[in-house]
This record gives sequence, C-alpha cells and structure tokens, in this order.
Amino acid sequence: MNKTVLSFGDQKAGGEGFLITSDNVVLEDFAVEDTKGDGIKSKGADQITYRRIRVEWSGGSKETNGAYGIYPVESNNVLVEDSVVTGASDAGIYVGQSENIIVRNSTATYNVAGIEIENSKYADVYSNTVTHNTGGILVFDLPNLPVMGGHSVRVFNNQVIDNDTPNFAPEGNIVGMVAKGTGIMIMTNRNVHVFDNTLSNNGTVSVLIATYPNEFEDDNYVPHPRGVLIRDNNYEGGGSDPDGEVGDIITNVTGTPVPDIVWDGVVPLTEWMTWTSDADRIYVNETIDTTFANLRMIQNTLYPWSTSADRDIEDYAGAVPEPKPVRLPQLLKTN
Amino acid sequence: MGIRLFITIIVLCMLTTGAFAEPVNDKALVAAKPARLLSLYNFFSDPPAQTPSDGVLPYDLVTPLFSDYASKFRFVYIPAGKSADYRDSGVFEFPVGTALIKTFAYPADLRRSKKAVRLIETRLLIRHETDWKAWPYVWNEDMSDAQLKLAGRRMEIAVTGFDGKPLHIDYAVPNANQCKGCHALDKAVVPIGPTVRNLNHDFNYSGAVKNQLRMWIDLELLAGARDPQDLPAATDWQDISQPLNDRARSYLDVNCAHCHRRQGPASNSGLFLEAWEEDRVAWGYRKRPVAAGRGSGGFEFDIDPGNAEGSILIYRMKSLDPGIMMPELGRSMAHKEAIIMLEEWINGLK
Repeated sequence: MNKTVLSFGDQKAGGEGFLITSDNVVLEDFAVEDTKGDGIKSKGADQITYRRIRVEWSGGSKETNGAYGIYPVESNNVLVEDSVVTGASDAGIYVGQSENIIVRNSTATYNVAGIEIENSKYADVYSNTVTHNTGGILVFDLPNLPVMGGHSVRVFNNQVIDNDTPNFAPEGNIVGMVAKGTGIMIMTNRNVHVFDNTLSNNGTVSVLIATYPNEFEDDNYVPHPRGVLIRDNNYEGGGSDPDGEVGDIITNVTGTPVPDIVWDGVVPLTEWMTWTSDADRIYVNETIDTTFANLRMIQNTLYPWSTSADRDIEDYAGAVPEPKPVRLPQLLKTN
Repeated sequence: MGIRLFITIIVLCMLTTGAFAEPVNDKALVAAKPARLLSLYNFFSDPPAQTPSDGVLPYDLVTPLFSDYASKFRFVYIPAGKSADYRDSGVFEFPVGTALIKTFAYPADLRRSKKAVRLIETRLLIRHETDWKAWPYVWNEDMSDAQLKLAGRRMEIAVTGFDGKPLHIDYAVPNANQCKGCHALDKAVVPIGPTVRNLNHDFNYSGAVKNQLRMWIDLELLAGARDPQDLPAATDWQDISQPLNDRARSYLDVNCAHCHRRQGPASNSGLFLEAWEEDRVAWGYRKRPVAAGRGSGGFEFDIDPGNAEGSILIYRMKSLDPGIMMPELGRSMAHKEAIIMLEEWINGLK
C-alpha cells in the first residue's frame, strides 16, 4: 500500500476518489491520498473487501479533509482488513447501513472517529489499533435513515490508545459532538458487546454509552442503547482530561477523573418509572478496580438539587447472549 | 381534434421530408459495441443545425437539469412500429432499439442562445434487450461529426457570459462510468428525463405548438396514456405565476432526485427530494446531515426553515468545491437564478 499511490490532490470533480457499486470486488494493496471528498466509497456493493488499503490526507488533521476514508455503505458482507486510514474529518473506517461486517487488523489514526459502525447489524470489530483520533471506536444509530436499528455488534481485542486529537469535524456532523479522548462510544443500538480491549489514556472517558442527544422526528427510531455488555477490558489512565460539552456534562455529575465506563442512564420514561427488561439492560462485568458511573440523567434533570451518579458497578453484573461470530463468504472461500 | 390532426400531419411531413434522407441505423443501435462515430446512427440530417432525421422527434422538459447554462437539444427515436408504454411515475417503458439523444451546446454569447451555437457533446441512452447503454460522444471542432469518448473529457470553453464578460467554462464530459452516478436506479442504468410529469407541456414543433404527450400519442410513440389534460405535470421552476413551493420542489426533483430518492445513488443520505415526497424530514426540513462531512458547512440542517443562509442545501448548491458541491457532477458553476428562488422558498418556510 506504499508502492501504488493514487493522489487526488488535483481532483476537480466527484464526491470521492473511488466509487464502487459492483458486487464481489476486492480492493487490495494500494493507497489513495488527498481526495476532496471521501476516499473510497462502496455503495450497495455486496461482498466487498478492502485489504491492505491506505487512505490518507497528507496535510494532517484538517477540517478541509474528506469525511470518510474507507466508506462501505448499504452493503452486505463487508471486510476491511490490514488497512490504514489517517486524517478523515469524520470517520477513518466507516461502515454504514450495512449487514455482516468485519473490520480487523487495521489502523486508524488522526481521524475524528477512528472506526465507526453506523446503522448496521452483525459487525465484528477486532484487533485494530485506534490511536490519536478524537474518538476511537463509535457504534452509532441515527434517525431518519432508510436503514435503522443497528444491532449485534462485537468490539473486541482492540488497542484504543491515546485518542487525543481535538475534534476537527465540520460542525453539523454528528461526530462533531464527540469529545477528544473518547475511547469507545455506543450511541443507541441493540446488543453491543465490548470486551478484551485495551483502553489507554483516553482523556475524556474510556467507554461511553449514550442516548441519541438531538431532537428527532421519526416514529420508527429507538434512541436508546439496549442490551449492552461491557466486560473484561483493560483500562489504563483515561478520564483525566475531559473535553468539551460532553466532558462538562459528565464531570458535572462525576467530577474528575471521569470513571472508566459512563452510561447516561437514559431509558424510555415508562421504563424509568417501572423497570427495564433483562434483555434491554446495560451490563458491566469488569475487574473490581474498574470505575463506573450511571449519570442518571433523567433523575438529575427532574431533580437537579440531588445530582448524583450511581457508581455501584456490581448492580450491573449480568449478561445478554453474545452474537455469533460474523462469517463472510469472501473469507470462507480463501481460508 | 381537427387542428390537432392537422398539426400532427404537418409535423409528420416535417419528420419525413427529403426522400433522400437515410433512416436511422437500427442495427447500429442494438449492436453490442457502440459506434465510434455518432454519424453512423444517422440521427441527424443536418448535424451542425441539429436537424433530426426521419422518425427522430425533438422534445424538451418542463424543468430541465441545470448543466452550466449549456443549451440542450433532446430527441427521442423509437423504431418504426414500436411504442413506449405509459407509466404514471418514473420514465416510460421504452422498447428495445429506442435512443434518447441529448446534445449539449454553447452559444458564443450566453445572452444570444440561438446564435453561433457550438456543439460540445451528445449523450446517448440506448435501450438494449436487457438494459440501457449510456455513451458519450464529443463533437469535432467543425461539428461535422462526434466521436465516442468512453473516458470522458475536460474541455475549456470560452464564451461571453450573461454579464457580457468573457467566461471560461471548465466543462466535463462524463466518462461512461460517471453516467451511472446519476442514471443508476436499483443499480441499473435508466433514463431520467422522459417522465409524464416533465414532458407534459407544449412544445414548438418548428412553429406548430402542441402538447408533447399529445404528439407522442398521435404519432403512436406512446401507448396506454390518458388524455394529457388528465395527467400529472411538473411545475416550470421559472414560471413565477406558479406557487413558489411547487417551483422549488420541481426544481429539486429534477436537479437532485435522480440521486436523492430511495433507490437512487444517494439513498444512504436519507434526503429524498422527489416532488411528491411528503415526509418533511426526508425532503430536508430540519433534517440533520449524515455523511456530509465538510459539505455541512457548519450548519445543522439541510433546510432550516426561515434561514436559507444557514441551510446546507443552499450552501452546497453555491459551492464549487468537489468535496462540498451538489450536484457532484455536471456543473462547474452555481445556478444563481435557481439559488435565489430556493432561498426565497426556504426563507418563507415556517
């Protein structure tokens, strides 16, 4: 990926460097630099493989860089491996509105979001190195899109380290709200499992679980994270340098340093008044020295004089069934 | 009815003038490989004047796509004895062997659209047995013929602008792949223009004015259509006698919805700009961007009612930066007049 370099520095037209719309395509061993928009986009391209691909904006982290580096969307059977993305002003590796996804052994640095899985289901994100981004790995679900209801995502064995680049996303984009030093963030989605990762020196928070924060007009959208399990991760440092609005919201409740794992605690109001079923709860199974806070945002909004977090990590023990490993047809053939 | 028939006969006579004129080359149209030269198809009896051959019918659209102020000559050719099937929405179902022909041209002076017109390119959409083929042809300097250019081309075109000053247009002939950028629907290449809505108005057939659909029906090029008076029609975005909302939605429909629809190339954006889209968030009303990147311009909504200046849609229509501009292809200039109309529309939204 350093021998074949396609530079788009003089690009005059087109929203991306490459656009793939065919099925069964393998992209392998080349680099794309300095596109005006996205790096490589594949849309509606089933069974797409990105292997040893480098996408980079050579001028460093700049707002004028393209949004996404590796950008498969609306696709089934997506494989991204051994690839490197640097400098994307939104997400380095972004998989959106897709199904059956593996992102592995890849590196994302100096992007706003290192790796983002959005409005997608059945995704395995593992053995990646995600460092010096604003936020490391994001699992999001957004309203008003043709494909919603992301679920069954496993994020494991990743090195999520030193994500310390100030957010340089153009305003208006959802990642613009991500605080510098967010390790792994889950916003909405169902059945997300985060385990065996190393989260080191992420200044705002190592793991953040949150509800979609904006107003929306969409009857089919569930804005809450449901059935999330955080377990067996290794936490080092982190939370000591909370950033921006999100950092303020958290530290108003927890103070500094921010606990390793933070959940906003927002559930549908009917559940808040009664209970949440086992399948929909947030679970944390970590070693005893791991710190946790449920910000109890509903209570704290309704009764602001008694602002406090729930830090009793033991109360969150338990589990939801883990999704099966993702199997991709393109891997069954070669292995 | 009498007048209608009379006009049709006149046009039929026009269309069949010159017994010497060669018919359109049906065989070349459905051949597996495109012709190297446009002349091989025999679409034009006088190419520089864009005078069509027998059976090649000119048409235009109520609201056309903006393409850097280029003039466009559109024609339809349907093989003898065949006809297109009417469709209420989307393009008509054209028979195999149909050619949709669109020539892009510039007058030397944009203020005099009919004078010293230089032909730039002709794009063909040809209906084959299983699919449509899209081919771009670029005209020679002397306009004697046009050559197939699968890889597209960039051209510097010097004209006099509307302000009387010299204007250099960085014109892009799309490559065959880029055709898909706009013409893809559910992954297949399809025409965009010839829909009932956008054809349903009067056309001047060399002096004889007649509703286009009526003409197509009378010439038996279109089957299964009701009386055009009872059929839907698009709004001419420039017609100030029409409601502003209809003009705006019609403009966005034609200029954006070929991608921004549920089966189109921009389906993942969630922004759907067909004129009949009723979900207001889907047509942009307080809709947040998804994958816009710096295309957002720092604004929160595609259409921020009452605030055109702070609406992403206007920002991207004004931009000439490939990473920001919309549409992505087919323009190197901003469509000032349309932007003014859309700003007025957005500022009036509540």
